Amino acid sequence: MANKLDNKIPSGPIETKWTNAKFNNKLVNPANKRKHSVIVVGAGLAGASAAASLGELGYKVKVFCVHESPRRAHSVAAQGGINAAKNYQNDGDSTYRLFYDTIKGGDFRAREANVFRLAEVSAKIIDQMVAQGVPFAREYGGTLSNRSFGGAQVSRTFYARGQTGQQLLLGAYSEMMRQVDAGNIELRYRREMLDLVVIDGKARGIIVRNLLTGEIESHEADAVVLASGGYSNVFFLSTNAMNCAVTAAWKAHKRGAYFANPCYTQIHPTCIPVHGENQSKLTLMSESLRNDGRIWVPKLVGDKRHPNDVPESERDYFLERIYPSFGNLAPRDVASRQAKYCCDEGRGVSETGKAVYLDFADSIKRLGQDKISERYGNLFEMYDKITGQNPYQQPMMIYPAPHYTMGGLWVDYNLESTVPGLFVAGEANFSDHGANRLGASALMQGLADGYFVLPYTLGNYLGGAKLDKISSTHDGFKAAVDNVMKDISKLMNIKGNRTADSFHKELGHVMWEYCGMARSEVGLKKALQEIPKIKEEFWNNLRIPGDVNYINAELEKAGRVADFIELGELMCRDALERKESCGGHFREEYQVDGEAQRDDTNFCHVAAWEHTGDNKPEVRHKEELTFDNVHLATRSYK
Amino acid sequence: MSGKHINLTLKVWRQKGPKDHGSLVEYQAKNVSEDASFLEMVDSVNEELISKGDEPIAFDHDCREGICGSCGFVIDGEAHGPLKSTTVCQLHMRNFSDGATLTIEPFRAKSFPVIKDLMVDRSAFDRIISAGGFISVNNGNAVDANAVLIPKTDADEAMSSATCIGCGACVAACKNASAALFTSAKISHMALLPQGQVERKERALNMVAAMDAQGFGSCTTTGACEAACPKEIQLTNISRMNREYFAATATKRPKHKDGGAG
Repeated sequence: MANKLDNKIPSGPIETKWTNAKFNNKLVNPANKRKHSVIVVGAGLAGASAAASLGELGYKVKVFCVHESPRRAHSVAAQGGINAAKNYQNDGDSTYRLFYDTIKGGDFRAREANVFRLAEVSAKIIDQMVAQGVPFAREYGGTLSNRSFGGAQVSRTFYARGQTGQQLLLGAYSEMMRQVDAGNIELRYRREMLDLVVIDGKARGIIVRNLLTGEIESHEADAVVLASGGYSNVFFLSTNAMNCAVTAAWKAHKRGAYFANPCYTQIHPTCIPVHGENQSKLTLMSESLRNDGRIWVPKLVGDKRHPNDVPESERDYFLERIYPSFGNLAPRDVASRQAKYCCDEGRGVSETGKAVYLDFADSIKRLGQDKISERYGNLFEMYDKITGQNPYQQPMMIYPAPHYTMGGLWVDYNLESTVPGLFVAGEANFSDHGANRLGASALMQGLADGYFVLPYTLGNYLGGAKLDKISSTHDGFKAAVDNVMKDISKLMNIKGNRTADSFHKELGHVMWEYCGMARSEVGLKKALQEIPKIKEEFWNNLRIPGDVNYINAELEKAGRVADFIELGELMCRDALERKESCGGHFREEYQVDGEAQRDDTNFCHVAAWEHTGDNKPEVRHKEELTFDNVHLATRSYK
Repeated sequence: MSGKHINLTLKVWRQKGPKDHGSLVEYQAKNVSEDASFLEMVDSVNEELISKGDEPIAFDHDCREGICGSCGFVIDGEAHGPLKSTTVCQLHMRNFSDGATLTIEPFRAKSFPVIKDLMVDRSAFDRIISAGGFISVNNGNAVDANAVLIPKTDADEAMSSATCIGCGACVAACKNASAALFTSAKISHMALLPQGQVERKERALNMVAAMDAQGFGSCTTTGACEAACPKEIQLTNISRMNREYFAATATKRPKHKDGGAG
């Protein structure tokens, strides 16, 4: 079993690993590329950039997305920016510093070699996106502008107003559409992947449901790329879009792909607080706001005064107080936890007591309202629309919310999973962020994987693998189709009384309560008793109206909730087994002065879970992490 | 956050499939929080429909932050409803009064066939983009990002055009069902930047041809599109598209066949 977790990190000094790997990779000549087909699942930043690059290289690419257009993928919603070690600001940035910040930000739970490569290709991402016409913010002299983000003391974040994700996604999307026009990419909309087809031990295709007709389709290929995003929606309320699901990754997991570090989830500190039970999702307010906004709560417990009436001396700017070097730009896990402590102490604001202030008054005084509006205008408007309050006149109220998942399918240095021929990119894999992701690094990782890693490593696989010709009439496909049909009819035939959403909310409550910002042995054990009950009730009392052979949003939701329930259980088990605190995984039993206490002796490893069959316990495997370049230290932002 | 609640009567367009006839069906939305979004209000109506064994109202939605462009329907004759520069997912119920009756219909245009209820097929937009809404630069060719300086004003203006979310409200609001605002926003974004110059003329010709081929109507400059646009894409984009198109037509040169020695 141990050889399954061979991370395939090239030998040699960290600065030359990727260069050597690229040289040692097998190549596929242009004529042969046309004979190879690749399936890409998901058309966000990672999927679209991978598909566009593979199409340009001449592979036959098929792209599947759950949306009605690939331009709607959730990467579109990223607001603040994308990091790159360009050192355009002459402030001491370098590849090595971005590498170091990312390793430290991830609380020493990521692979050094992967993170170094990410930092190394980061600068090329900006070059490529600018060449494609992405209108990044600029200075009056015509050069690119930068801002600062959490966990860094340099300004290396490139941005396009508060819509960086949208502009990058549209860039990758238009390059992908160019390949569609050129005939190199076949695009299938409104398709949801419901199974991975593994033949002779290799990933050879997928089964999808056409969401318009209900038809179950088989698609074969020489390799499969999963770029299906993260699983924050396991909490029901998160900043993720409504269609974000773990389903594609979970089905691959059940076919042999190990799931790594599922308990590493990121709770983002600055989201608009929950307003009520009927709320469907939470909205993020970009981390970039912490460049000019100051976070505070009243010093007094239960202070109900209007924020503008609380004098300066009675305010606690807690991040500035506790972390003087990083101040309001402390990393996300740290900032979220401190906000939670303030609210737990009874110093939270709003009617619910579950909010802190993000105040722009000082910046408006210093820079003027016009400057603030130029930097964050669209975010201020969004806040106003949602809450009915004007943040130019009074502080925003914010609270942490599930936002990103560092865990995901285990991949080696080549982004290949434990199923040969199945590659995983972007948020769907676990590779680069350790136990906590720094702001503006998700866009960087998605594009690094798609533009600069997969085109090489996938070529190496195709150049070296012996692949028999197969068609979608192969028995492996028939069995997978039967499996999918059986699952669907099982769901449709429960004919109970409760909606999929009602189960999803129930699961979300349990996950947020016991596997959210703070976790404990007692709580996790309680969750592990609750979740099987939800599962039991789900499979006996679910109601899906409508027809299986047509658009059926409730059937789609139900399938996703079924997978979230299973994932939720695994997350809790992973969190229980990891008897330490690191990054976003905070175990109450393991802390020093409210800060995470790692246990490098026993937990300096990746936990990769193997599915061994339905209703059987998953098996935990370890990949040891070694730190040859960065000294393992206690993370400090003070 | 007000914490107040209102009651509404909804008349919603229900249509089983593309070939079926549709009609308005009345529903009651009770005890709706003013802090809820319009889509959350529809969610609650749907939860009630499902528990009665009825089919929920189908509508496209995803990010619910006004950026993915998935959502959109017509409320009382206005695409995305009454609030300026706001998608329906960002439209909150405090903008409606207690006891109101609202008529909800899909975006209507020949090029946007209804799929079910409030869902329409907007893939014609993707086909316009694939006709030329890109800069042909293969991965691996880029020069340093600061090698070409771009005046801030140009970059800002390009960005304003590039913020289009492709929701289709402009088409729904237009009496001719024209896609001129959508198409011109992409043409403008790229025409304003140095990177877009090489293919500038081809792009204008090909995207306009694709727009016509997809069956969208002509622009008669009523400005209804601009008024409905949730991202405030301006009518000046259309003027620029027309200039780009005429300039490209007037100076169109013949294509030469590739070929070479050796």
